[in-house]
Amino acid sequence: MMTQLRSFVTIALLAAAFALTASLPARAQLQIDVTQGVVEPVPVAITDFLSSDDVGANISQVISDNLRRSGLFAPIDRGAFIERISNPDVAPRFEDWRVINAQAIVTGRVSQEADGRLRAEFRLWDTFAGQQLIGEQFFTNRQNWRRIAHIISDAIYERLTGEQGYFDTRIVFVDESGPKDQRVKRLAIMDQDGANHRFLSDGRSIVLTPRFSPNRQEITYMSYEGGQPQVYLLQIETGQRELVGNFPGMTFAPRFSPDGQRIIMSLLRQDGNSNIYAMDLRSRTTTRLTDSNAIDTSPSYSPDGQRVVFTSDRGGRTQIYVMNGDGSNPQRISFGDGTYSTPVWSPRGDLIAFTKQTGGQFQIGVMRTDGSGERILSTGHLQEGPTWAPNGRVLMFFREPSGAAGPRLHTIDLTGRNEQAITTPNFASDPAWSPLLD
Amino acid sequence: MRRIAAMTRSPIIIALVAMLAVAGCANRQTPNTAADLGLGGAGGAGAATPGSTQDFTVNVGDRIFFDTDSSVIRSDAQQTLRRQAQWLNQHRGYSITMEGHADERGTREYNLALGARRAASARDFLIAQGVDGNRIRTISYGKERPVAVCDNISCWSQNRRGVTVLSGAGS
Repeated sequence: MMTQLRSFVTIALLAAAFALTASLPARAQLQIDVTQGVVEPVPVAITDFLSSDDVGANISQVISDNLRRSGLFAPIDRGAFIERISNPDVAPRFEDWRVINAQAIVTGRVSQEADGRLRAEFRLWDTFAGQQLIGEQFFTNRQNWRRIAHIISDAIYERLTGEQGYFDTRIVFVDESGPKDQRVKRLAIMDQDGANHRFLSDGRSIVLTPRFSPNRQEITYMSYEGGQPQVYLLQIETGQRELVGNFPGMTFAPRFSPDGQRIIMSLLRQDGNSNIYAMDLRSRTTTRLTDSNAIDTSPSYSPDGQRVVFTSDRGGRTQIYVMNGDGSNPQRISFGDGTYSTPVWSPRGDLIAFTKQTGGQFQIGVMRTDGSGERILSTGHLQEGPTWAPNGRVLMFFREPSGAAGPRLHTIDLTGRNEQAITTPNFASDPAWSPLLD
Repeated sequence: MRRIAAMTRSPIIIALVAMLAVAGCANRQTPNTAADLGLGGAGGAGAATPGSTQDFTVNVGDRIFFDTDSSVIRSDAQQTLRRQAQWLNQHRGYSITMEGHADERGTREYNLALGARRAASARDFLIAQGVDGNRIRTISYGKERPVAVCDNISCWSQNRRGVTVLSGAGS
């Protein structure tokens, strides 16, 4: 059942295709350290890609928006540009860009191949070192121009920070409409910047907590469509749905294992408590991982699949615990004031993100996997449900104001300094960030 | 707030709102306030027929409330559930869905579990009062279906509830 469906797009990548030999003085190359919490974003110039229509400028705009939202870059207003790029194959006049303090320049060109495909070329230049850092070109169908822009954004981010990018990704979430006591909830999917929004369910049943499979082709989520609210699996492209398991009671809080072979989730017991089970998707066998007279829920695997972090109130108030993948050796790791829930293991393996309730507020924070080094990144009236960008540097979550309004999606980076709102057509909650696309 | 105020005024309105709220869970196209339907005052339903769902809702009370992050059946809730059990033992044709709900001051997955625990707690109390457990199913709505939409403690307390929903022929 884990067979790959067709790729969403076909992109042929000819990496570093241009050997542009400019003999320029060797200087220290531009390098941004993402771990130090950049206070001043680095000024960069994203020039409009040369193009016979507006697709070139559109690609530049998407790149510019991505880099600005990362908080690490400050794209310079085009009105300040001195040089007008007329031939992206030759080096820009670096002194013109140094004058406006551009640390890097992005140039490019979009053209149409004989077979109708779009050809996009771009170069990244280090203004002060006076040299080219990247030169790549891509071929794709015209309707995929936004993905080209995201892939280029990732290339720039990776070259300048040394970290994996996260722009060529998607978000699955719950679209919310209607009054608060009668909310209509629909599964929806969009690019990480909010573009290409579309619905995956019709709103007739309450749907909650969608999460991506590692291959990004499937979503596991909870739905009230049957007699009991239970966990389902949805093939994104075909729309095919199936119930996960054959359990007598409510199943909830599903997530995939890192290898995509299992779904881990909570199962309600007859006595009203909830335990954690893992279900193998091939053999359909289930393994019980916890057996406490408590609420054990919100399980999330470590990236190596060897451990599981989860929430339990077995000690009284809800706290975060880590156990082995077979359920052995559960250890409490959260010890601060308040209650902790929704733990999610970072894709890098180094941190666990959580929701903390204390002093009548909801906080989004991170701690190390042994519970040490707790840091609160964001505090609000009601916010929860962090999900990691695939590079483990940015979290998305949802925040709800008091009163009758509804939740919205936000991102915050690990420095806690860069928070951004994500625009959605309606209210939105329960975001889950996809891995990088292929 | 307006709806809360209305509920304290008239038992008839309580009944209508409660019933419509239940209907709304199944079909959210249904308007769920008396005001939406133009109801209110004397025009509506008249006296509840003994043994009807309206009788249950108006004269017995279809819901109980919980303390924050608790599934303990409070003493006021015990009185309500005892009345419910007595009524249900007289009218054995009804099946019962026990809904467990949580307020918004918790995270989604935990609240689903908490609502389930509340529903189980209320179900077990009814069983202890002689109601046949085979008549009762439970469902948790977590924080998905608040009845009171506002932002203070009194409102949240309205949402931390167990609601006994009847179905079947009655008698």
